[in-house]
Amino acid sequence: METKVTSATGKDGRDTDAAVEAMAQAHDEWRRAVLQASLQRFPHRKPGFNTLSGIPINDLYTPADLGHQDFARDIGFPGQYPYTRGVHATMYRGRLWTIRQVAGFGSAEDTNQRYKYLLAHGETGLSTDFDLPTLLGRDSDHPLARAEVGKIGVAIDTLRDAHILWDGIPLGEVSTSMTITSPAFVLTAMYEATAAAQGVSADRVTGTAQADILKEYTAQNEYIFPPEPSVRLVVDLMEYCARRLPRFNPVSVSGYHIREAGATAAQELAFTLADGYTYAKAAVDRGLDVDALPPRISFFFDVHIDFFEEIAKLRAARRIWARMMREKLGARDPRSWMLRMHCQTAGVSLTAQQVENNIVRTTVEALAAVLGGTQSLHTNSMDEAFQIPSEKAIKIAVRTQQILAHETGAADVVDPLAGSYYVESLTDRLEEEAMSLMNEIERRGGMVACIEAGFIQKQIANSAADFQRAVEAGEQIIVGMNAYAEEERGELSDDLFFQVDPATTERQVARLRQVRAERSGADVSRALSELKQAAKDGRNIMPSVRDAVTAYATIGEICDIMREVFGEYKALPVF
Amino acid sequence: MSDPIIRVVVAKPGMDGHDRGAKIIARAFRDAGMEVIYTGIFQTPEQIVSAVVQEDADVLGLSILSGAHVHYAQEISRLLREQGADDVLFVMGGTISKADRPRLNELGVAAVFGPGARTGDVVKFVRDWAAEHRAG
Amino acid sequence: MNGEPRPPRSRRDDPHTLAAGVRRGDLRSIARLITFAERDEAAVAEAMPFLQPHTGRAHIVGITGAPGCGKSTLVDQVIAIARAATLRVGVVAVDPSSPFTRGAILADRLRMQRHSTDTGTFIRSLASRDELGGLSAATWDTVRILDAAGYDVILIETVGAGQLETDIVAGAHTVVVVAVPGLGDSIQAIKAGLMEIADIFVVNMADRPDAAQVVNDLRDMLRLNPDHPTWEIPILTTVATVGAGLPELWAAIERHGTHLRESGTLAGRSKNQARAELLKSLDRQWHRHVQERVAASGSLARLAEEVASKRLDTHSAATLLWEELGWKQR
Repeated sequence: METKVTSATGKDGRDTDAAVEAMAQAHDEWRRAVLQASLQRFPHRKPGFNTLSGIPINDLYTPADLGHQDFARDIGFPGQYPYTRGVHATMYRGRLWTIRQVAGFGSAEDTNQRYKYLLAHGETGLSTDFDLPTLLGRDSDHPLARAEVGKIGVAIDTLRDAHILWDGIPLGEVSTSMTITSPAFVLTAMYEATAAAQGVSADRVTGTAQADILKEYTAQNEYIFPPEPSVRLVVDLMEYCARRLPRFNPVSVSGYHIREAGATAAQELAFTLADGYTYAKAAVDRGLDVDALPPRISFFFDVHIDFFEEIAKLRAARRIWARMMREKLGARDPRSWMLRMHCQTAGVSLTAQQVENNIVRTTVEALAAVLGGTQSLHTNSMDEAFQIPSEKAIKIAVRTQQILAHETGAADVVDPLAGSYYVESLTDRLEEEAMSLMNEIERRGGMVACIEAGFIQKQIANSAADFQRAVEAGEQIIVGMNAYAEEERGELSDDLFFQVDPATTERQVARLRQVRAERSGADVSRALSELKQAAKDGRNIMPSVRDAVTAYATIGEICDIMREVFGEYKALPVF
Repeated sequence: MSDPIIRVVVAKPGMDGHDRGAKIIARAFRDAGMEVIYTGIFQTPEQIVSAVVQEDADVLGLSILSGAHVHYAQEISRLLREQGADDVLFVMGGTISKADRPRLNELGVAAVFGPGARTGDVVKFVRDWAAEHRAG
Repeated sequence: MNGEPRPPRSRRDDPHTLAAGVRRGDLRSIARLITFAERDEAAVAEAMPFLQPHTGRAHIVGITGAPGCGKSTLVDQVIAIARAATLRVGVVAVDPSSPFTRGAILADRLRMQRHSTDTGTFIRSLASRDELGGLSAATWDTVRILDAAGYDVILIETVGAGQLETDIVAGAHTVVVVAVPGLGDSIQAIKAGLMEIADIFVVNMADRPDAAQVVNDLRDMLRLNPDHPTWEIPILTTVATVGAGLPELWAAIERHGTHLRESGTLAGRSKNQARAELLKSLDRQWHRHVQERVAASGSLARLAEEVASKRLDTHSAATLLWEELGWKQR
């Protein structure tokens, strides 16, 4: 980063250097004259102060901490490169962030019902979680699937389930995000087919597929195929959407899972942006126009409990991405430089003890996301740490966002924390740490190489172990867990009760069998063999997937074809 | 002669791949001087039990975050019994509701460590059990 | 109920019952006797006389090489090929113990889990515990147990820490040394000691660009170290993750086994190995004996104090210690 300084008032560098020096001296003077005396009476209550991710916090932040900054270069204006202050000029004064709560459990009807409940209570965008068999490209009657159908998300086997899932939801008006990775190409085809059946033309279909396969190898482990062919599938999806579904986001590059797996804020930034860069670069290498794709690459970050660190992290993310897209990849369209994000409050910060405390945590985290400039937000329900949210809990989570939006004034001002000596310092510091890690990744051959060498996983595992140690040593306090703990009452109150219908598996399997019986076996076979050929030939598979989906091929059948062509990935755990 | 080293199989049954907790507990066992056979993710009950038998494990620790814990407790207990390995200490960790714990105990799970459990407590539980129950 | 105290396992775990179980191929008996071997329990000494006469059938293959060279994946593939030839396979996978906590994470089994439920395969993970030569002290007892249980091929995967792993020759018939391109020092890693023990070289991850260079380097080094007058050491290439080169590796292993038997080398090797193992066992017994004597006497503490305060030099103190513990000088 440049060290030459020009102040906003245009004074030359020497004057500003002198001002910084004077401030630093004043700070030292204050330490001698005022701080020391104060510490004699009230020593610091901890031996050291660090952010949640371990960045040391100074005794005070002053203008001297920002002396090296150039307002135009580093902070700037919202809606303008490098977008530190937000991707839109008006931010929430123009349009509030989307309230987008994840929903998904049981069979398609159950989730459809939950969608309608949320929309009725003021949600403005939808988001879907899928069950493990679906996430891993298996049908609900697969031997491995027996105990997992509908448990952590909705079960989707064929297009028929998709029709039911989005029944009564206009897919040209309500954007739906799908938390699906390895079979994202299948679900996107189902989404498009369902929209078509609703009469929504392809160019109006709005939504997002998470599709970010690289984070699976390092954090969530929901991969099917090896890294290289998987990245190819993502680029196929990006290419297809650029041509056919221009309002659909084909990838949501995710830091959430990486953070939940134990990464620090800087690691979350570095690994996520490096993943995003990998996809963008792969698309460009395939010959796609650099300005056609990045506008549709969106991001998904965690918002953890350290309030200021998270705000700084989101601001740093925008700045780093803008610079990368413009300077490294050569994008010219300003929309390519803009990092648009969805955020979710940190699941890993919630406790099973004294669950009502989680409402407080989620509120603080949500406020950080808003002050950090997110476009879309999921607030966790208080019981989300250990069950699919009950209706009461998810309603409170929605109300949390509405109160922040309409009562607190946080949505009435743009990037209010800009210029804060602390927040800007933290933003700089996080950018520095993230860039250093990203350079290391590049030095080692890029993200895919680092994944195969276990480098990323090792970093995350070490951070996770460090945090666990700090919690168990009492250095990191978690209220209700290692401090202010109470005798466990044992049961959740009745109004937080939730259970997936135990008959889900039978119902789902019955429907699957019926679809298999009613469809044309010949159409399915033909579509699948064309898909196999396209995959082997290196052609974009999406048109064939669409044909297979509309012939009512199952997700298991389609993914099995890909397993035959690409193989299955077996990862080695890194401790 | 010092106490024989405790051997633990750590496994994740089914399709859930979130292994942060499993890896943390594996590390904790290792740091406590135990030998951990980490069989990883995507394990069937049959694979898990055959590992317990061939490795002559003292302890079996399952990490389950997918809600399918009762199913796996049933399957694995049955297989352990059939293969004469039901004297192994069977413990579970993960997002397991308090309501399900009595049923799990009935099925042969000796202890359940829910969200927020301290690794130190798990290690102590295993050590105490070993001191009392293993043919020394 | 799990974990409940049971009546002493004396009947199930008595050495004769276990030995009989091993001969029958009972998995629990095999596993339990291996545990006793790890714990150096008296039961093993009682069971082994019943098992020793039934050993000597199996082909014992050691697989060694630096960390990251894909040993476990190779072993996984060799198991598959041997099983396809309807041979029963035993696997001993050794991983390092932490020198500080004495604990270990044994993760080799992971790569072979697809064979876990196959009744013709037995996989046992061992931690190296106090051993430094790449194996566990219980390795050879484990191999004998599996041999007596009727496994036709026994694969031993060493710790893979690098150069000092030459213990494998103490009991293996065929030693496979694995190298990979791009590990920087891969040739350095295999030079000292490992060059001399290899019966077969494998260059794994042979799809990498510098694989050919590794093969050439190995060939050059072999030319400088001609040690096997009757067996020409093959240098094979594999891509273990996709199974490429594995049939050739298996053929070479079988060929070596035949060579050992037909050339009469096997008899000589067995004698050498028995000698080495007896000496090692003697060392261990002696070491235990010395520790017991030291613990029972105050001489060590007193003499250490003398040396530390410079009143006595180390050599003189050592001589005195030896005598005080009850042994004569030569």
